[in-house]
Amino acid sequence: MGVGALSVWEQSSTARVMAPARPRKLAKVPFVELADGRLQGVVSSGSDIGRVYVSSVAARSYAFACSTNNNRPCGGARGMFCKHIQALVAEAVLQYGAERVARGLAVDPPDGEPDAQSLTAAMTATRPVKDDSSAAAQVFSRFLRHLAYLELAPVTSPLPEMQWFPPTRAVA
Amino acid sequence: MRGDLLADPVEGLDEALAAVDAFDGALVAGLLRPGAAQAAAVAGLAEAVAGTPLAARVAEAAERAAAGAAGEDHFVALAAARSALLGSVHDALAQRIDEAVGRPAPGVESSPVVAGEKSAPTAAGPEHGANLLAAARSWLCDLARSGWRGIDHELVSGAAPVVSAMLPDPGLRRRATLLDGFAAELAASCPGATLERVPVRRWADLWSRGLLLTVPGSAGERSDGSVTGRLLPLGVDVQEHATAVQAQVHAVFEPADGGAPRLVRAGVSAPKPDTVVGAGLWQLLRPRMSLLGAVSEGRSMELDAMPVTAEGDLVWDDERARAGEPADPFATARVRLSAATAAPVAPLDRHPVRIAVPVLLEGYAAHSEEGGLAFDLAGRPLAVDTDRIPAAGPLTPEAVAASHACVGLLRWDAGEFLLQPLAVETTVRKKTVAVHAGAWAGGTTDKAGVRAEKAATDAVAVLRERAGRLLRK
Repeated sequence: MGVGALSVWEQSSTARVMAPARPRKLAKVPFVELADGRLQGVVSSGSDIGRVYVSSVAARSYAFACSTNNNRPCGGARGMFCKHIQALVAEAVLQYGAERVARGLAVDPPDGEPDAQSLTAAMTATRPVKDDSSAAAQVFSRFLRHLAYLELAPVTSPLPEMQWFPPTRAVA
Repeated sequence: MRGDLLADPVEGLDEALAAVDAFDGALVAGLLRPGAAQAAAVAGLAEAVAGTPLAARVAEAAERAAAGAAGEDHFVALAAARSALLGSVHDALAQRIDEAVGRPAPGVESSPVVAGEKSAPTAAGPEHGANLLAAARSWLCDLARSGWRGIDHELVSGAAPVVSAMLPDPGLRRRATLLDGFAAELAASCPGATLERVPVRRWADLWSRGLLLTVPGSAGERSDGSVTGRLLPLGVDVQEHATAVQAQVHAVFEPADGGAPRLVRAGVSAPKPDTVVGAGLWQLLRPRMSLLGAVSEGRSMELDAMPVTAEGDLVWDDERARAGEPADPFATARVRLSAATAAPVAPLDRHPVRIAVPVLLEGYAAHSEEGGLAFDLAGRPLAVDTDRIPAAGPLTPEAVAASHACVGLLRWDAGEFLLQPLAVETTVRKKTVAVHAGAWAGGTTDKAGVRAEKAATDAVAVLRERAGRLLRK
């Protein structure tokens, strides 16, 4: 137990653990997250406004899945990352920064600064397989839960606990 | 302000914090199978409160925890002991600030409702949502057993259903918001076994706070009637985590009946999707509190029977406020701030993180060093926390560094006092110009601000369109 030897960051009640999401355009990929050992999210269909694709890539194995919200498999995601998964990786890099995406997916960043392209290339080079144990239903319900936050009304009674959550100017 | 008092050591602080740090260290490895060092740390916590009414319960809890057999009530007792220690730290720091600022001590007598501590938090009977509080408690106790090094996705995701069920209920919003922010940090840090470093005090803070809030009646605000008079804003403090935001306006309130001016806050908060950031935060909050518009316009507001808590938080209602005369926060700070009394802090809220005392500083020299910015106050440096300046506003660390007057919040964290700037005065072409962190709260015509507003509007429009199409099917 490192008693008495804590660093300033370790002794801080307001230590910043996560950088806030960076602003990005949401039209193409309204939802992306690094959760449950995957990069996962929802990609809007380019042709049908009522349809979305639920896409995911697993950490380490890079096993991938892509299907519509009605559970139809994506035609493009047979042997390779489809365009939805590529868009998912690109938008995740915008939102979280390439480094956090690389860490979340356990991709060894190639030489130099990783970016969406180099991360995708590094993953596809390992010839990942399709993930049949698709978590599409779970990811979609997390997306709906995420949207539901917009429906919750603001309140003016004080939330003293928010004192533990100061903003930060640092970006991901 | 006397910078020397802020730099001097506070008696007893190190001893109290050493007991806290030791206990927090025990939570890193978890209390499922505690080793000798952990047993000693838990015993040390009990020893630290041995002279208090908590003594017997905490001693029993410590004994059980040291044997790896702590139940939920025992964890609550340990969290209470830790909070009591930090409460004493809070009190010592707050007293030091009062001395340094030279402000009248908290107005215990000015507020009749508070005088009797018996005016217990609202719900004395069985509180609604008792099953949710029990679920939250069970999750937090599992965390304490696994320790921060033992967290994984399965354990952390246990909070999600509890948070989802709590969020829509305004009466449970405080708990939900805390658990949501805490769980998101833990999720981003899984698996704990491979973490490079652990935010030891922070997570122990959030854990013990969450656990105490599962005790029914712990989160009620004590009402202190209502107030009528003039509200003179000083500045806006923003707090946010991935899925929540709160803006608190710090202000001086002048009662219409001619009573002494008071320091008050008016806050508004909202849950949010994590992709709503920057100016989007103001857009969520603005419609619920007209005060944000008044702040941007540099106006006072006239309040008519606005509800207020015993802690000095206005519970804002637009119906009870109307726009008043123009009021410059620097003028308010120069003329009114030193005479304004602060409300006492609720017993459970006594924690150093809660310290945020409005101050006016002038005649300092700003120094930029590798670690950051500091104001030199008669030879003693006061660190300036520029990281807290919200991104969606015109105030920048550069403007703070070039300033000669500053309205800010005096805070304390990780062993030192800090100044959070709310507004500064700088000299541009021989003229004094004021820049406010919350200037965009009510909207802006600033070019960068308009761009940020547009981006945020677009983001929310996309999410609402998606929600409309997918959510209600």
